[in-house]
Amino acid sequence: MIVRRLTDWPTWHWRSPFEEVEGMRRKMDRLSEGLTGGVLRGPIAGVFPLVNVTEDSHSYYCRAELPGMKADDLDIAVTGNSLSIAGERKITDEDKNASYHRREREAGKFSRMISLSDHVDTGKVEARCVDGVLTVVLPKAESAKPRQITIKTS
Amino acid sequence: MPDSENKALQAKVKREMTGPAEQTRPGPTFTPAVDIFETDEEITLMADMPGVKAKDLDIDLRENVLTLIGEVASPEGPNEVDVWREYQTGKYFREFSLSEIIDQAKIDAELRDGVLRLRLPKVEAATPRKITVKAG
Repeated sequence: MIVRRLTDWPTWHWRSPFEEVEGMRRKMDRLSEGLTGGVLRGPIAGVFPLVNVTEDSHSYYCRAELPGMKADDLDIAVTGNSLSIAGERKITDEDKNASYHRREREAGKFSRMISLSDHVDTGKVEARCVDGVLTVVLPKAESAKPRQITIKTS
Repeated sequence: MPDSENKALQAKVKREMTGPAEQTRPGPTFTPAVDIFETDEEITLMADMPGVKAKDLDIDLRENVLTLIGEVASPEGPNEVDVWREYQTGKYFREFSLSEIIDQAKIDAELRDGVLRLRLPKVEAATPRKITVKAG
């Protein structure tokens, strides 16, 4: 697991020199989405859970689909500049006499690290789990928020 | 599941439904992962439908066809823009044809933390009927 954490790809940063390239790639994806009617997909890190990250002027929002999991079952930590989500999804054993026809739902342990820019107010991070969807709100630090500049006229 | 102990969960892309019928509303439709198991008395179906609220879940059973439809409202706020996207959200749809006769009145559905548990009790076995063939 340690090896996996270290090599946990992608270790992207929100303010990286590749941001522009990334933006172009997203635009290309949107274009191909329009052509094929398909769905825009980011590269999959292959690490459970899959996450979506969005931002507005105040915060970053990190979301993951974790059906059947309660907030108490999750171990969420913000240390330094990384967000870690870990836990174990358990599927309770059913009646011994039951015979299974389909078994598609999976149980197991998971651990994922997401690199954050250091412009996050780690003290005000909030997480909630509603209807099997985890949302972690990471407020941007004051220095990272966009600021309206008024131009003085002399 | 004993074999699942200490096993790491693998990330899976949600299965998107491709059907012959086009959707009237735009957006992807996904096939929820299900477990189905059966005892002598009932069939139980468990479905992973994260993001679905009880009021947005539609379960329909007619002519032995069970249909599950779960609508998902976009979780993102109006001012949020994508930074990174690994999964999509959209409605869930899945249909099963049941070979057993289900006691419609006793169906029980429970949606908790995005997991549906649907109990479909079987109708008590009909008494076998012997048919005598007349010799003509």
